[in-house]
Amino acid sequence: MARTFKEALQSGDFVITAEVGPPKGTNIEEMLHHIDLLKDKVDALNVTDNQSSVMRISSLAVAHLIKEKGGEPILQMTCRDRNRLALQSDLLSAHILDIHNVLCLTGDYITVGDHIDAKPVFDLDSVQLIQTVRSLEKGKDLGGNDLNKPVEFCVGAIVTPEADPLEPQLLKFEKKVKAGAEFFQTQAIYDLNKFKDFMQYARKFNKKIMAGIVLLVSAGMAKYMNANVPGIFVPQDLIEEMSSAPKGKGLDKGIEIAGRMIKQLKDEKVCDGVHIMAIGKEGVVPQILSAAGIQK
Amino acid sequence: MIVAERKPIEEIKKMLAPYKKILIAGCGTCVAVCMAGGEKEVGIIASLLRMAFKMDGREVEMGEITVERQCDKEFIQPLADRIKEYDAILSTACGVGVQFMAEHYDTIPVFPALNTKFMGSNEGEGYWKERCQACNACVLGETGGVCPVTICAKGLLNGPCGGTNKGKCEVDKEKDCAWTLIYRKCEHLNQLDKIREIFPPRKYSLSTKPGKLLHEAYLKEEEQ
Repeated sequence: MARTFKEALQSGDFVITAEVGPPKGTNIEEMLHHIDLLKDKVDALNVTDNQSSVMRISSLAVAHLIKEKGGEPILQMTCRDRNRLALQSDLLSAHILDIHNVLCLTGDYITVGDHIDAKPVFDLDSVQLIQTVRSLEKGKDLGGNDLNKPVEFCVGAIVTPEADPLEPQLLKFEKKVKAGAEFFQTQAIYDLNKFKDFMQYARKFNKKIMAGIVLLVSAGMAKYMNANVPGIFVPQDLIEEMSSAPKGKGLDKGIEIAGRMIKQLKDEKVCDGVHIMAIGKEGVVPQILSAAGIQK
Repeated sequence: MIVAERKPIEEIKKMLAPYKKILIAGCGTCVAVCMAGGEKEVGIIASLLRMAFKMDGREVEMGEITVERQCDKEFIQPLADRIKEYDAILSTACGVGVQFMAEHYDTIPVFPALNTKFMGSNEGEGYWKERCQACNACVLGETGGVCPVTICAKGLLNGPCGGTNKGKCEVDKEKDCAWTLIYRKCEHLNQLDKIREIFPPRKYSLSTKPGKLLHEAYLKEEEQ
């Protein structure tokens, strides 16, 4: 990438990020293919951290590979698997590997994943992790000790605009702002009117907000998420639109819907960008961008 | 109170396999209240073991005794003479009582009949819930009397995670989200400002194990 993610955010352009999920095992062929396919089409690529509490290659290693390939990684860091020593150590490591974007997350609980008997760490929470990065930037670690040279990061966090109940989530959002988050990627949104209400509230904090776009591949997936994924609500008209797709064309319909939503968010300047999560279908992100009328 | 639950009888039987004279020692306080290890449960365990040993064709002599508390010397010292008659003790106390007995009577093996679960409250007949982690840094005054360290599965101090839904926890949809409870309670008490403050990382040094406490009134002069 010609410019850093921070520069992209500051440019005022509509910013696009997508996601790379490290695999379980050492065959990284498919992941490298996705990185090659996406790195020049987006402003940055998130790298997930043992997503869904499933053990995989570390986000730090993959962020490094993206950097080596000339891409711009956003290192996702959860508080589930590392205590404050390990988290700070990895932040220093990220810096020396020229990785300067970090997304601070709590992390799913251990028992939703594939090592249910592991010790859940959660030594810090996401707010404290943001504070930690900011402290390391001032040259101090959490023990109050001096670093011989500080780190530099563009710090992000997540927010769920359609959480139920919403107020406790907004309390946390405001703490993340206070702790020093510069940008937010949201949980998947589908109801643009509701999202506009959230943006009206969020705008006053003057932080960059990127709407989460999760690619729908079938009506069944939409219904499943409505029933099982916290903070995701796919409206009935979109479920019907997905159902209307001819057999075998669900993915095409999902791409069309995602493209249409991104175009509307961009044209109406609803938010500062989008974060596209095409879970397991990373290869179609360029098609989503084309459908949105975005060419890079 | 401390809440415990009896181990499966098969597991208890396996631990006691080498012994012929077993004293089942009950504890009359917490574990009696939670119906796991009081006098009544000692009787039940003895009956179950008798049947199990009989089916295996084994002759085992079993005694039963229940003291007020196994975590207190005053109550376990009187057992000294009785214990001499046995070659193993099955304690139905919590882990505290089992260890205290094992330390006090160090010539005879002491086995646990229970798994100790948590410190909790009685919520109704036969129903207990965990309430405290003994973190040694109580924040209940800031969080509307709801403990984020215990009630939140992740022990989060600064608000809910993204996994909460409709006031329930991502770990177990039957369990309440601590931060929804905290928010609602603080809203009700007009104390939301308290939870708008960022809580700093917890000081785990305060709960380095094993904890100990010597009441200041009992400190020796030179230690004061």
